[in-house]
Amino acid sequence: MSKPVESLKEATIRFAGDSGDGMQLVGGEMANTSALIGNDIGVLPDFPAEIRAPAGTLPGVSGYQLHISSFDIHTPGEKYDALVAMNPAALKTNLENLKPNGILIINVGGFKDRNLKLAHYDSNPLEDGSLDKYQLFAVDMNTLTHKALEELGLSAKIVDRCKNFFALGMVFWLYNRTMDHALSLLKSKFSKKPELAEANSRALKAGSVYCEATEQFATSYEVKPAKLPRGKYRNISGNTATALGLIAASQKSGLPLFLGSYPITPASDILHELSKYKHYGVRTFQAEDEIAAICSVIGAAYSGSLAVTSTSGPGLALKGEALGLAISVELPLVVCNVQRAGPSTGMPTKTEQADLMQALYGRNGEAPLPVVAASKPADCFETAYEACRIAIKHMTPVLFLSDGYLANGAEPWPIPKAEDLPEIPVNFAKDPESFEPFLRDEDTLARPWAIPGTPGLEHRIGGIEKEAVTGNVSYDPRNHEYMTRMRAEKIEKIANDIPPTEIEGKKTGDLLLVGWGSTYGAIKTAVEHKQKEGKPVSRIHIIHLNPLPKDLGEILKSFKHVLIPEINAGQLVNVIRAKYMVPAIGFNKVQGLPFFSSEIEQKIDEILESK
Amino acid sequence: MNAETKAISPNGPTELKLTKKDFESDQEVRWCPGCGDYAILAQTQRTLPDLNIPKEKYVFVSGIGCSSRFPYYMDTYGFHTIHGRAPAIATGIKITNPDLSVWVITGDGDALSIGGNHFIHLLRRNVDINVILFNNRIYGLTKGQYSPTSEFGKVTKSTPFGSVDHPFNPVSVALGASATFVARTTDRDPAHLQKIIKRASAHKGTALIEVLQNCNIFNDGTWFKYTDKNSKAENVVYLEHGKPLVFGAEQDKGIRLNGFRPEAVSLTNGKYSEKDLLVHDEKDTDATYAFILSHMMDNPNLPIPVGVFRAIDKVCYEDAMAQQIEASKEKFGKPDLQALLEAGDTWDVE
Repeated sequence: MSKPVESLKEATIRFAGDSGDGMQLVGGEMANTSALIGNDIGVLPDFPAEIRAPAGTLPGVSGYQLHISSFDIHTPGEKYDALVAMNPAALKTNLENLKPNGILIINVGGFKDRNLKLAHYDSNPLEDGSLDKYQLFAVDMNTLTHKALEELGLSAKIVDRCKNFFALGMVFWLYNRTMDHALSLLKSKFSKKPELAEANSRALKAGSVYCEATEQFATSYEVKPAKLPRGKYRNISGNTATALGLIAASQKSGLPLFLGSYPITPASDILHELSKYKHYGVRTFQAEDEIAAICSVIGAAYSGSLAVTSTSGPGLALKGEALGLAISVELPLVVCNVQRAGPSTGMPTKTEQADLMQALYGRNGEAPLPVVAASKPADCFETAYEACRIAIKHMTPVLFLSDGYLANGAEPWPIPKAEDLPEIPVNFAKDPESFEPFLRDEDTLARPWAIPGTPGLEHRIGGIEKEAVTGNVSYDPRNHEYMTRMRAEKIEKIANDIPPTEIEGKKTGDLLLVGWGSTYGAIKTAVEHKQKEGKPVSRIHIIHLNPLPKDLGEILKSFKHVLIPEINAGQLVNVIRAKYMVPAIGFNKVQGLPFFSSEIEQKIDEILESK
Repeated sequence: MNAETKAISPNGPTELKLTKKDFESDQEVRWCPGCGDYAILAQTQRTLPDLNIPKEKYVFVSGIGCSSRFPYYMDTYGFHTIHGRAPAIATGIKITNPDLSVWVITGDGDALSIGGNHFIHLLRRNVDINVILFNNRIYGLTKGQYSPTSEFGKVTKSTPFGSVDHPFNPVSVALGASATFVARTTDRDPAHLQKIIKRASAHKGTALIEVLQNCNIFNDGTWFKYTDKNSKAENVVYLEHGKPLVFGAEQDKGIRLNGFRPEAVSLTNGKYSEKDLLVHDEKDTDATYAFILSHMMDNPNLPIPVGVFRAIDKVCYEDAMAQQIEASKEKFGKPDLQALLEAGDTWDVE
């Protein structure tokens, strides 16, 4: 008497509850389980900056959105097929994006008068008919969880906390997910508190059994595995991918990895992740502040490590002066900036790509440095690796840009073969005969990396202008201009290594979309849709933001219109306009949220129709 | 540890046969004629050969200020960095390359104002770095503003009506930050300066040397009471481990404790003898005694202590870090990049 199963190509699900309800945990587990059975996934964790806003209030709502699919997807979805709302505040803040006739699972136990009032409801939406256009499943998870855990004799407080797993059990049943992974997760997560593992496991199973047993749910759904390219996969978040990319670069260059960092949202996970890998020779240093963090990294780079610092926008602002020093002394290091909404403290848990100008120009004097930006959570691996490669080859600090959306977002990652990763050669200066601190390599213009401890290479460097070749202090006006131009030219030469830009679509046409960073998925989805409709739209994505690819100018000039969507008020668009003199059009969203591909599609239509 | 590294032997034979000349760079020294910096540079260059450390192992890191030009004049590795940040940069150097002998050169403004944060955290962590703090109680490089060690009421370009800042006492600040080695010396006492540099180098952990140094342009004579041969003996008490605190031209005065307060007493009027005096104990792990000494500088009726205030053993940051790395390698085995990439839950797509 099992219930019918309907097959779906994709589904978007949102878990929403109080920030203490464990929505990130169960949402993440739904994502992991889906990835493990072979779905493509895209996720958007969306949580408040406060550790715990007052329970039941609108600012206290924590959400986790995931998009599971049987084909290759690029975004965490837009409108939800299913919404789990643990309390009225979660319902109020999320209902807007639930599809008409979408599945709405509500924890009735959370809909007490007090919570309704905190969410500013005048009447109970469960009773006033306002939810009629959805498939409403009102379930008292509080009571059902209590009943399921009765025999365990745990405190009411502990039992209350298990209701998130009851909700997950329901969603598992609804989308025909196996519980195996979640059960083993609970076992390892609570290995020291087996009673909690047992309690949550029971709640999980109870949620699933409840759906199977009751009359409420007539149908469940399945989303078949996606046809992804062959290979071994794991689910990975942007920050983890960044950390792994750095370790890989360390292993492939033979340089010990040093991370000097100061905790800041949403970059801290890079520090957390790298702290685990001491057996890979990784040294992590939690500095007293952002300035000390980058300065320790400059010291580590000077003495021959692969030196990295991780931060977010406000931290990058503090690092500016030291970054100038690293540019002046021409040492290789990587700064990972996980952007968030600004200015100032801004919205620490919300995403933005508004640090591009800071990355390109946020220093005193003429201080160019290479900037690369990751496009997807998994791509953080390659892009971090590329940042290390550039730093070492060209003897320069490199800025790696990620953002909150990539950092916390996750997707299936085809695990690369370590042996296929490109080697990163390192040449430390050794020979006192030929050594001059600022004698440049003919091809790259990089200066030699001469680390303390090398006999015969004793020399002095510093932030004061240096005489070409000898590195001695120099105030000679012509030398300063020469050195300024050399430093800039050195960065420009990096463009020689940048592969030709891939154009998705025709090489000429009416409209070219140019993206960078985390807008990748939304732009790609929008352009693919429009191309299917036969519209003359093409797309490129820029990883190297400084120097820009050599072929970029040519490409831009091959299209009638250029559209640049950005999660900022218009930054790359200004760079492109200034450098290539093309009338590129900006399309900007500054809400702390990623683009929906539908927003971009609409903009594409608008441009194509009006011109 | 590099096998070639020779043990530091402060008073032993100098097997490496280095001389002062080996530590003089080809750069012209540019400090104002008469500056106290010259003496500190000369005594450092004179002392390093005795430490028997290969030349290429030395790194001198400085911030900004007159004193911070110092690395340019040393024929070692040198890094002239940015305002106040030398301790952080030196930390990165030392913990990634513990084999190096790392020295921070800084001034009262650089270390205690703009770099105050890094200074206290370096001392707290006890990274094995030697800090020479040139204290002339003035901003020299920016031409004469008061510094964090300037006296209350100090009239300068930026305080025409007198400074209303209370000064820092570098030794007290260092002790407050749990420094394991703290010493004070002066630019006009070459032998003592050399001795203290050797002691600092031999210390495992952060070693702070405060050098009372003269700026003859903007703050001439600020320490002369303690450095001039006519007044020094009456105003300075030399600290020597295990010896009573005796001072005076005739060694006729001493320091005793009255409760927690130090007081200067005469040894000639029959009331007190040497056995009533404080006996210097640089090894006291409780910082209270060292604090009492450090605050003698704030009392105009007392001589100021010069010498090693404190020298205690405590694990160094870089050693603790290296131990964790070794323990981790033992526990988890050799690095395997492929295994790391494939860690966690994986699945195969056929």
